[in-house]
Amino acid sequence: MIRFDGVTKEFPGGTVAVDDLSLTAPTGKITVLVGPSGCGKTTSLRMVNRMIEPTRGSIALDGQDTGRMKQAELRRGIGYVIQHAGLFPHRTVLDNIGTVPRLLGWDKKKIRDRSRELLETVGLDPALGDRYPTQLSGGQQQRVGVARALAADPPVMLMDEPFSAVDPIVREQLQDEFLRLQDELGKTIVFVTHDIDEAIKLGDQVAVLRVGGTLAQIAEPAYLLAHPADDFVADFVGRDRGYRALQFQPAPRLPLRSERSIVIGERPETTGSGWLLVVDDERHPLGWVEPARIGPRAVEDADLHRGGTIAAAGGSLRSALDAALSSPSRRGVIVDESGELVGTVLAHEVLNAIEETDRPERDEVDPVHGGAVSVADDGS
Amino acid sequence: MINSLLQWFTDPTNWAGADGIPHRLLQHLWYSLLAVVVAMVIALPLGLWIGHSGRGRWLVSTANSLRAVPTLGLLFAVSLWVGPIFRGDLAFLVPAVFVLLLLAVPPLLAGTYAGVEAVDPAARDAARGVGMTGWQVLRQVELPCALPLVMSGVRTAVLQVVATTTIAALIGLGGLGRYLIDGIALSDYARAAGGALLVGLLAILLEGLLALLQRRLVSPGLTGGNRAVGGRGKDSGNAPVEATDSSAGDATGSHDPRVRA
Repeated sequence: MIRFDGVTKEFPGGTVAVDDLSLTAPTGKITVLVGPSGCGKTTSLRMVNRMIEPTRGSIALDGQDTGRMKQAELRRGIGYVIQHAGLFPHRTVLDNIGTVPRLLGWDKKKIRDRSRELLETVGLDPALGDRYPTQLSGGQQQRVGVARALAADPPVMLMDEPFSAVDPIVREQLQDEFLRLQDELGKTIVFVTHDIDEAIKLGDQVAVLRVGGTLAQIAEPAYLLAHPADDFVADFVGRDRGYRALQFQPAPRLPLRSERSIVIGERPETTGSGWLLVVDDERHPLGWVEPARIGPRAVEDADLHRGGTIAAAGGSLRSALDAALSSPSRRGVIVDESGELVGTVLAHEVLNAIEETDRPERDEVDPVHGGAVSVADDGS
Repeated sequence: MINSLLQWFTDPTNWAGADGIPHRLLQHLWYSLLAVVVAMVIALPLGLWIGHSGRGRWLVSTANSLRAVPTLGLLFAVSLWVGPIFRGDLAFLVPAVFVLLLLAVPPLLAGTYAGVEAVDPAARDAARGVGMTGWQVLRQVELPCALPLVMSGVRTAVLQVVATTTIAALIGLGGLGRYLIDGIALSDYARAAGGALLVGLLAILLEGLLALLQRRLVSPGLTGGNRAVGGRGKDSGNAPVEATDSSAGDATGSHDPRVRA
């Protein structure tokens, strides 16, 4: 557990970056600090491992005041991941990963084994181990950065916009794998981002900071979207918050219709109007075709309309609704865990399901925070 | 001209004794080495400190402006001034080395300082963030990353010094400059040209050796992605891996023929 207690950072010249911040990052959870630039989120993060020293207040790790620990020792016990990975360009990937174990004086073989293991943990080909950082893509560098932070198995990780310098597709992959990894490892993580979507996706709890470094609201993502504490938070979480909140609500009993489908390479039986779903040999949906337009011939790959998204049967209401809205036939494709087609759903059916679902209420908030959401009342 | 030069080089008397080529070459190397080593002792720690701390940048520009002082004039001035203080050869050696220092320190200082300052701020931040002490950051990250620029400073300094050590002969010291000065004084142009040629060859040789040393010292990770890793030079055209990052990193792994599983 990381506990901020009345932490203030005033820089020389009088700029107050963080103002009387008190919050708790619970053990084994991801706490996201989010806010516009100038809200002091990075400063707050960097005060945890004392890259920046607080002017007032204290930060405690599992009850121990970090201000009393030796800087280097404190930092070696905290994983640190930064925006541009910050890999050491003159060291190979494996040597980069082994940085902290080497500082801790592990023996060489153990460092080597641990580094190789981590390469796999973060989803990199072991053959990349002997390369140098410049030979990797941005996303791969970031994975190595995460591996380096994990090397000595620290209970606490600090992550400063680790995924913001890579392109959106890679970012999403990295986020998904980060969540998968966290499921296994259960680290206590403080994560800084300016991207509210990322905060909502990754955070077990999200702390919204406002310019001047004060805490505007701290809550679970679903609660934050449903009950912004004030105009600033409401504005910051954005216009689509109603829609985005759906991603936290599992789709319950959606009435699925069975969908007629043909295997790619086959000739449609009808040439009537309307859309027909095309699947592969294993019944994985590929896309839609209009038999009337392609005529009486076998369906080819090039005929497919791929605009529709696909939702998992146990997925969120958001993905189910999106599947229906994005499908050219207006029938949203639903698949099971192995990706096989189970049926389709219409938008109004998803909407019915939404209307039957409750919004998250105060009593659903994580009891770790005392069952209530602490809202800063300073200056707002 | 070529003939008399050849004659001068092949004359056995020019290869023996105190005025022989081997002896003069060693003298030349000794003065040069002394100047460069002393310059390194001064400039490297200073450059590392300026780059690491960001303080004292004015020292770099001051050192640079000292290069403008005319070498020859300074040499005579310093000899006159310190000559009486030292005895024997030292009375000449000290002024010569001092003048050479003024040439060697600026490129070394500038290279070292610029090299350390150019270290990726993210790498430096990460180095501190993972728990390196200031000394460890300098030793394990800043210095190795600065090496290419440090080495180019060393090469510039060595070239300058080896070429300029010739003037040591003007104040009665040895070295290859003797051939030049004596040759001109005696109108023995083959000797003068031979001396000049030897200085040139020595400079080229040292440059080559330093280039080799640099290749050995500098991490391949710093010299761009166009050098093969592991089997250096075995496979050419080793461009950086495509910037695709499909899940589990397989875009670079299995599809990359250069990766040996």
